[in-house]
Amino acid sequence: MVKKVIYGNHAVSYGARDARVEVIAAYPITPQTQVVELLSEFCASGELKAKFIKVESEHSAMAACVGASAAGARAFTATSSQGLALMHEMLHWASNARHPIVMANVNRAMGPPWNIWTDQNDSMAQRDTGWMQFYCSTNQEVYDTTLMTFKICENDKVLLPGMLSLDAFVLSHTSEVVDMPPQEEIDEFLPPYKAKYKLDLEDPRAFGSLMFPDWYYELKYKQHTSMEEALKVIEKVGKEFGDHFGRYYGLVEEYRIEDAEIILVVSGTIAQTSKDAVDVLRKEGMKAGLVRMRTFRPFPKEKIRKIASKVNKMIVIDRSISFGSEGAFFTETKACLYNEKDRPEIYGIIIGLGGRDVTVEDIMKIAKKGKEGKFKINEINWWGVKL
Amino acid sequence: MKDKIILRNASDIPPMAMSMGTTLVSKTGSWRSMKPVFHKEKCIKCGTCWKFCPNGSIKNGEYPEWDYEYCKGCGICAEECPVKAIEMVKER
Amino acid sequence: MKLTIPEEELMYEGTVDCQGCGGALAMRYALKALGKKTFVVIPACCWSIIAGPFPYSALQVPLYHTAFETAAIVSSGIKAGLEMKGIDATVMAWAGDGGTFDIGIQALSGVAERNDDIIYVCYDNEAYMNTGIQRSSATPYKAWTTTTPRNYPKARPKKDIDEILVAHEIPYVATASVAYPEDFIRKLQKAKEIKGTRFIHVLAPCPTGWRSLPEHTIKLARLAVQTNIFPLYEVENGKYKINIKPKNPKPVEEYLKLQGRFRHLTEKDIKEIQEATNKKWKKLLRKEEFF
Repeated sequence: MVKKVIYGNHAVSYGARDARVEVIAAYPITPQTQVVELLSEFCASGELKAKFIKVESEHSAMAACVGASAAGARAFTATSSQGLALMHEMLHWASNARHPIVMANVNRAMGPPWNIWTDQNDSMAQRDTGWMQFYCSTNQEVYDTTLMTFKICENDKVLLPGMLSLDAFVLSHTSEVVDMPPQEEIDEFLPPYKAKYKLDLEDPRAFGSLMFPDWYYELKYKQHTSMEEALKVIEKVGKEFGDHFGRYYGLVEEYRIEDAEIILVVSGTIAQTSKDAVDVLRKEGMKAGLVRMRTFRPFPKEKIRKIASKVNKMIVIDRSISFGSEGAFFTETKACLYNEKDRPEIYGIIIGLGGRDVTVEDIMKIAKKGKEGKFKINEINWWGVKL
Repeated sequence: MKDKIILRNASDIPPMAMSMGTTLVSKTGSWRSMKPVFHKEKCIKCGTCWKFCPNGSIKNGEYPEWDYEYCKGCGICAEECPVKAIEMVKER
Repeated sequence: MKLTIPEEELMYEGTVDCQGCGGALAMRYALKALGKKTFVVIPACCWSIIAGPFPYSALQVPLYHTAFETAAIVSSGIKAGLEMKGIDATVMAWAGDGGTFDIGIQALSGVAERNDDIIYVCYDNEAYMNTGIQRSSATPYKAWTTTTPRNYPKARPKKDIDEILVAHEIPYVATASVAYPEDFIRKLQKAKEIKGTRFIHVLAPCPTGWRSLPEHTIKLARLAVQTNIFPLYEVENGKYKINIKPKNPKPVEEYLKLQGRFRHLTEKDIKEIQEATNKKWKKLLRKEEFF
């Protein structure tokens, strides 16, 4: 076991190394560059026996991963904002072709204007592509999630690609302690990838041919039910990870919600900031709690329903905005609670777009204002707009 | 794998579009309006017709043999035959 | 019969290519050349459909359908994956002219620059035929297509993709024509033994898009070479070798008049095309001399 003080980006690189990825295809983009730089070093030194295709664009990066996965290899890439957007077509391809590719995305704002700091608009814009989505909030979690995502994706009942997101600079370029288990133990947790469906000389078939409407619909149904099956697999793998390495993960992380009168729904590094805010609020006498959304796709509806059944007020804090509508977590949270008999009052907050700093004070003020019922109920509330 | 695949259940198909049969189910011979007619007595067994058929619908043997189930009647064999041993005849 | 090319068919009949399709014939030859240990990658093009709808396949080798612009890079990804799995086989990208000259050129350039170990074959029917005969940068000067109508035919010359690939300094670049199958197969078999990016550009006449008779496909593919419009040559590690030097090249008119897509050409146009062809041919001869 090794403990290193490393960047979030390097946590991704170590995770991919220890997951024994076989083919990496990546293109540099701020703030992801350190991921691929360290992986290049691992490949060059032989520490990681993998092929690194230094592609000429992110679209090609995902295309190369698709090819490698089709051949039965474990494929990996990393990107951010503009690059993720460029890959969009191939994200659909990877999911529809059922390739268990893993990708690390550094959540960075979309331009123009150029903005290299964090928000979730880049990954939220890809929520319909059929990729599982995980949001990390510590470097340890980034490392652990990289390993877990391979196991989840490669599960026979899932066979879908997965992306893990980490906040630009706040996590990607911040050093934290990361505990890396011995390789043999990781190999036991994550054995080599044996593809169930792949290009095979012994059994030559065509993949992805023209399919008429009489069967395409059923294929989409299968894709969706696999995504739902993934809910169980994510929890199972999170438990297995804990059994192996002592750190347990679930679809969400619940923090001080047992007797909470108001619950914050948060993700990414804002969640860690919010934990501090919850602690101070509790000291001041407010029964605040939070649920950290680790998983966005598949959306953990049952978990949210269970948590919401015990509280009167929820505040969903989004670091993204779907223009003309709302923040992604806000919409999904409300949607899964719509048909419940007892629903809490839910407020939607937009905060921190383009890397605007989110402080403990901000979260505390939000919680207090929510408790006092001072937020608009049928509109989203933009926090800290200077206009 | 010649037979037409009838898919009755969703469980019959894999989770992605993976082929389970061959295109031999589609008898393209029905496309023809002109049919290549072979005049064996003129044939010099050069193999040109077999070579240039886009779909391999002429089989190799001592003499060429047309697979009329699939021959589309494109006329390339007749056009390229150096001794005009193949005649395109109106069929439909 | 006396056969000059391998006998075994690795492509099934029953495919929906038009009568006289040059692209179908090109694949038939390519598979004979490369054999069973081949993986084929097909981006959006006529062959996406010719390969058979689900659940049928036209090929006796594994085939991966991929997005339009990604033939080269998906092939590269497959090759990398196979190498990691210890499988030794040829990976062939099989793309049309649209997917090579236009939308696919970035990925192809990337693959060639890195010298990734694949064979890339572009079967060139000189337009976006699958979507209904729209112009591509491979469409010849003054040709009709649905997006270059008769009163405003293609105003720019055919993009010289072979030179672009030669500029990438890959080990093997070659042109071919379906009228010369022995030459095409020889080139593919040679390419098979070379490591790195190998590019073969095969002219595949399309009766539907060229407005020519189906039975003339081979004749046209032959005339293209005999008029020096589509010279057959190889560039191996930067060294040029022209394979066929017509002693008395046929006038371009003989080739153009058999195609409805050139029906609107005036005598002035034909003269222009003849001069451009002569100039290009001379340039190629010079390259063979100097490189």
